[in-house]
Amino acid sequence: MKTKKYSFYKEKYGYYFILPYFIVFSIFILYPLVYTFYLSMTRYDGFSEITWVGFQNYGRLIKDQFFWKSFVNTWRIWIVNIIPQIGIALLLASWFSDVRYRIKGSGFFRAVFYLPNLVTAASVALLFNVLLDWQHGAINQLMISMGILKEPIHWLGESTLMPLIVSFIQWWLWFGHTLILIMAGILGIDPSYYEAAVVDGANRWQIFIRITLPLLKPIMLYVIVTSLIGGMQIFDIPFVLTDGKGAPASSLLTMVVYLYNQGFQYNNFGYGAAIAYALFLVILLCTVVLIRFYHKGDKEYE
Amino acid sequence: MSNKTGGRKISRILIYFSLIFLTIICILPFYIMLINATRSNAEIVRSLSLLPGSNIIKNYHSMLKGVNIWRGLGNSAFIAISYTILSAYFSALTAYGFSKYKFKGKSILFGIVLLTMMVPAQLSLIGYYELNNKLNLLDTYFPLILPGIANSFTVFFLKQYIDANVPGTIIEAARIDGASEFKTFHRIILPIISPAIATMSIFNFVFAWNNYIQPLVLIFSNEKYPLPVLIGFLRGSSYKTDFGAIYLAIAISVLPIIIAYILFSKYIIGGITMGSVKE
Repeated sequence: MKTKKYSFYKEKYGYYFILPYFIVFSIFILYPLVYTFYLSMTRYDGFSEITWVGFQNYGRLIKDQFFWKSFVNTWRIWIVNIIPQIGIALLLASWFSDVRYRIKGSGFFRAVFYLPNLVTAASVALLFNVLLDWQHGAINQLMISMGILKEPIHWLGESTLMPLIVSFIQWWLWFGHTLILIMAGILGIDPSYYEAAVVDGANRWQIFIRITLPLLKPIMLYVIVTSLIGGMQIFDIPFVLTDGKGAPASSLLTMVVYLYNQGFQYNNFGYGAAIAYALFLVILLCTVVLIRFYHKGDKEYE
Repeated sequence: MSNKTGGRKISRILIYFSLIFLTIICILPFYIMLINATRSNAEIVRSLSLLPGSNIIKNYHSMLKGVNIWRGLGNSAFIAISYTILSAYFSALTAYGFSKYKFKGKSILFGIVLLTMMVPAQLSLIGYYELNNKLNLLDTYFPLILPGIANSFTVFFLKQYIDANVPGTIIEAARIDGASEFKTFHRIILPIISPAIATMSIFNFVFAWNNYIQPLVLIFSNEKYPLPVLIGFLRGSSYKTDFGAIYLAIAISVLPIIIAYILFSKYIIGGITMGSVKE
């Protein structure tokens, strides 16, 4: 009885341990979230008085062709990079984990493939900006010397090419990360499944489709959801790669580039805040749909 | 049978060929960056080279005219180190509180920590700017550093680690010896969980070092900008015509991370999967 009372008294210390987190959380995380939502209902330029306008900013957003352009651009950049990212990561993971190939140096290759992921995105963007330079860039020089191109391409001015290049950079930055996660997933699969499949006479392809892929579903969900949350917020690469406003021809105008320009270049704080919450809605809906889809698939296997 | 092994040999060759090709794709941009950082503008403009030039000193002086790179490096280091230390200490504190004490509202409060992990970081950018405007913290490092105290992902990760690696008997033993709760935490818990703190600290450091949009919005003074913002400014600057200097600036901004990666790659690669799915 006595010890119970004693430990109950000690349990209250839990509050002291978590207190600093929640003080900072309330001021620096929760308040800005709520306040941004409030600002999305106002007209405000950062200096003069705040005017309440209700849902007017959201009404404007729905009719704003630049917002929809940024929406489509963001999705296109993400989809064009996530599909090869997962595809190549799966292929590499299947090579590395297949004992029949006995790939040497898989640790080295994984480490090299992951390297771009850590490097500052702003530096990567400026690096590609100079590499892609029309007259003096290394990419044109390399491709011409290899005979792939006859004339230099003005990459940074081609609105059809630049979204593909941003997708490529994103792929380049992230495929090693996805590879490491998928490898971990494959190594976590109980070998007895494979043994049973081999006894049943399944071939390599059947094993991959029927056993490996279904068992990788949790890790795939994690990869896709985190990539989606990050991909919808893509900013550093498209912002630094061209003029910071989405050039050429608004093809790199992503949702956060648009948010930044509305908020901090044109001082439309209210409208920028509405873009932020529209972005949040997109991410929330997609995450919920993905998780639902995932669990629906689960039941089918039971 | 021999046909089968022969086919396997060909696949192995193709696999190694692909792996080497991908290795080149991953390294070549950085390699060209390093080579061109040592070449003169005329050489860079004329042709591509795989061998270094001898112009690095000139590029260095020319770069310093356009960007105060060492100042930026110092600023970035200050911000990233402060953020990492705050994250390490306060996340451990919070995680320990959640892991080893039972108090009212605990599951709701921990639910809030988990939810915060899902909230996209850019969402509150405008409100964050306004908050710091009101608090007179614009153009200071506080808004870039203080959120380290409320680092939800690190809290989540460390709580998992404490749950699995710190037995309650150790805490009971310390209590019986008369140690206060905080003394127990500082003297006993922190050393036990230091490997997990080290892993998370690498990621927190890289995150704070690479952070771009927040300092871009919150900092105004030239001498206070961290490195990524200075690098971003080099893109439209008139000084862009000096490619050697630009490549050198990029190289200096990238090398600390690459060197850290070469030193710690084992922990970094191990750490990536620790935070992900463990169902």
